[in-house]
Amino acid sequence: MAKINMLQAINDALSLVLETDDKAILFGEDVGHFGGVFRATSGLQEKYGKERCFNTPLTEQGIAGFANGLASNGMTAIAEIQFADYIFPAIDQIVNESAKFRYRSGNEFNVGGITYRTPYGGGIAGGHYHSQSPEAYFTQTAGLKVVVPRNAYQAKGLLLASIRDKNPVVFFEPKRLYRANIGEVPDGDYEIELGKAEVVREGKDITLLAWGAQMEIIEEAADMATKQGISCEVIDLRTLAPWDIETVAASVKKTGRLLINHEAPLTGGFAGEIAATIQEECFLYLESPISRVCGLDTPYPLIHEKEYMPDALKTFEAIKATVKF
Amino acid sequence: MSNATSHNETVHRVSFLDKDSVSVPILKILQADGTVYENAVLPTIGQELATKIHDTCVFTRVLDERMLGAQRQGRISFYMTCTGEEASIIGSVASLDSDDVILAQYREHAAIRYRGFSTEQFMNQLFSNEKDLGKGRQMPIHYGSAELNYQTISSPLATQIPQASGVGYSLKMQDKRNVAVCYFGEGAASEGDFHAGLNMAAVLKSPTIFFCRNNGYAISTPTSEQFMGNGIASRGPGYGIHTIRVDGNDMLAVLAATQQARAHAIHNKEPVLIEAMTYRLGAHSSSDDPSGYRSKEEEAKWQTHDPVKRFKLWMINKGWLTEKQDADLYEKYRKEVLAELKLAEKRPMSMLDTIVEDVYDAPTPRLQQQLKSLKKHLNKYPDSYPKSVGRG
Repeated sequence: MAKINMLQAINDALSLVLETDDKAILFGEDVGHFGGVFRATSGLQEKYGKERCFNTPLTEQGIAGFANGLASNGMTAIAEIQFADYIFPAIDQIVNESAKFRYRSGNEFNVGGITYRTPYGGGIAGGHYHSQSPEAYFTQTAGLKVVVPRNAYQAKGLLLASIRDKNPVVFFEPKRLYRANIGEVPDGDYEIELGKAEVVREGKDITLLAWGAQMEIIEEAADMATKQGISCEVIDLRTLAPWDIETVAASVKKTGRLLINHEAPLTGGFAGEIAATIQEECFLYLESPISRVCGLDTPYPLIHEKEYMPDALKTFEAIKATVKF
Repeated sequence: MSNATSHNETVHRVSFLDKDSVSVPILKILQADGTVYENAVLPTIGQELATKIHDTCVFTRVLDERMLGAQRQGRISFYMTCTGEEASIIGSVASLDSDDVILAQYREHAAIRYRGFSTEQFMNQLFSNEKDLGKGRQMPIHYGSAELNYQTISSPLATQIPQASGVGYSLKMQDKRNVAVCYFGEGAASEGDFHAGLNMAAVLKSPTIFFCRNNGYAISTPTSEQFMGNGIASRGPGYGIHTIRVDGNDMLAVLAATQQARAHAIHNKEPVLIEAMTYRLGAHSSSDDPSGYRSKEEEAKWQTHDPVKRFKLWMINKGWLTEKQDADLYEKYRKEVLAELKLAEKRPMSMLDTIVEDVYDAPTPRLQQQLKSLKKHLNKYPDSYPKSVGRG
């Protein structure tokens, strides 16, 4: 097992798919010879040819529409949207087309072979057009799966599972971890099941829940809380749609408290959905109100990035308030 | 990297391209009286093909007339006719191979009929009953059939255009000698998807036929308020796409153009754009009244260009059809449509379980739980949900 970073893990997964699935096609802006702006597709065009790994014109709606066409006719379409901030021009093709292809045709046609990969999130001094976390826009769309990995190992296993899943998947890659996160990743093939959360750390006083890049934030906050004698259970949701209610509810029934952390703005964020469902499932077990530590309801700022972030310190304060309630 | 432009003249004083300088010839073969133009080169067509085309024309006329009537009687909620545009649709589909994949807009039901969609299948879709292939999930006229390589219609406009580029590319990658065929109206060509789709197909060399039905109106908006410049065809060369404009009311011209477009797309592995100049004789849909935005005189003028009549006269001239055979066919389809309509409207709606099917490849636990709660509720108030209670 080699220690590699998240980009290398993603590249490894993509290479494996192109090698084993001759129907697989990889495309997007600059993904060809250049290897993508983050170099996630480096070397793949050289290995698998220009017909299977190529640059497209600069058109996100074109990329998503093309992906729908490919997948509707039996191909495995892996489309890169250069930044999650630029997924909005493609939203009609994703929300009205990819998500509804199977349903609207009564399963005469489907585009289950699509995976949209897109780097998301802040912490890279990117300002509001290179830092957004738009996952909640997609969780409201039935027919899509939404997946966010937290480290290199998860990225490879979840990406392989997403590509092979029989439904269209929007796969958000935490770009601030691309090079920062280095870990042991098996060389060979493995998948991590979609729709399953992972209990990363067991605890008894409060459940901390996040996904993607925010996982390292809640783990850091959990460490701070441990020093104060508070025992935190830490869960990575991994798949947001469909999400693993059972694992989260079981944890909250045990700890009696829940804190949800995400980088996207608070209002209309996915934490709201989780809080409402857990309140319904665990009402009599709750010792305090469910806490949300999220981004502000502002566009993602440039110079005040640190202030905006739902960081470990804010999370730590919220843990203390929740436990003392 | 070199810029893919060619033969550019250098000048040393400011010189603009005139915005009206693009001239596009229009292919016409068949005249209004059913005779062909002198020196016209005919498409490949024999009596068998002509008879199938005529049969589809007649069926479509009958279906449109009867179902618009059914909509007016409140038996179905919505309908769209393709009256006036039959030659564009049937002439093009008749030039294809049955394995060519069709991505239509919404006014091309004649094409799925040509491929073999039965009268019963039409009715099941229009009445959203349990035998509808689409499981009653879409408004009337959203036909689709995997068996017939006709992708299910999506209501949002122009979304099928970049998809067709992807389907064409997939056919190339699968080493099939087939094309994707994408129908759309001149109004849809204003959407961003049109640009995205044509540009991608050209750059990625996707064997796709983009077939624009320029029928004069996008609901109530005439072409003069839809685009400037010389129609949709003039855009083709701008994208680097092989392009032709045809008389869309001329069955033989459409047939000839599409036969050659298909051969070109497959041989060169690249897209082709066809613009068919036609006229929407009917309303946009059953929810629309064209008398509010166009004159009776305009409609009457176009009646004289009726594509179905023109083709019928050609067949009669050839000795391949008689007036009586034509009249008998109308009568046969009127009876058939009415009989199937009556059967279809009595069929029950889909089983309740289908409400959570096909959202994903299998219903998620959340969906199963929602279905369970729904059933519990329906069973508590069965009289309020008579069509679905107890069904699944």
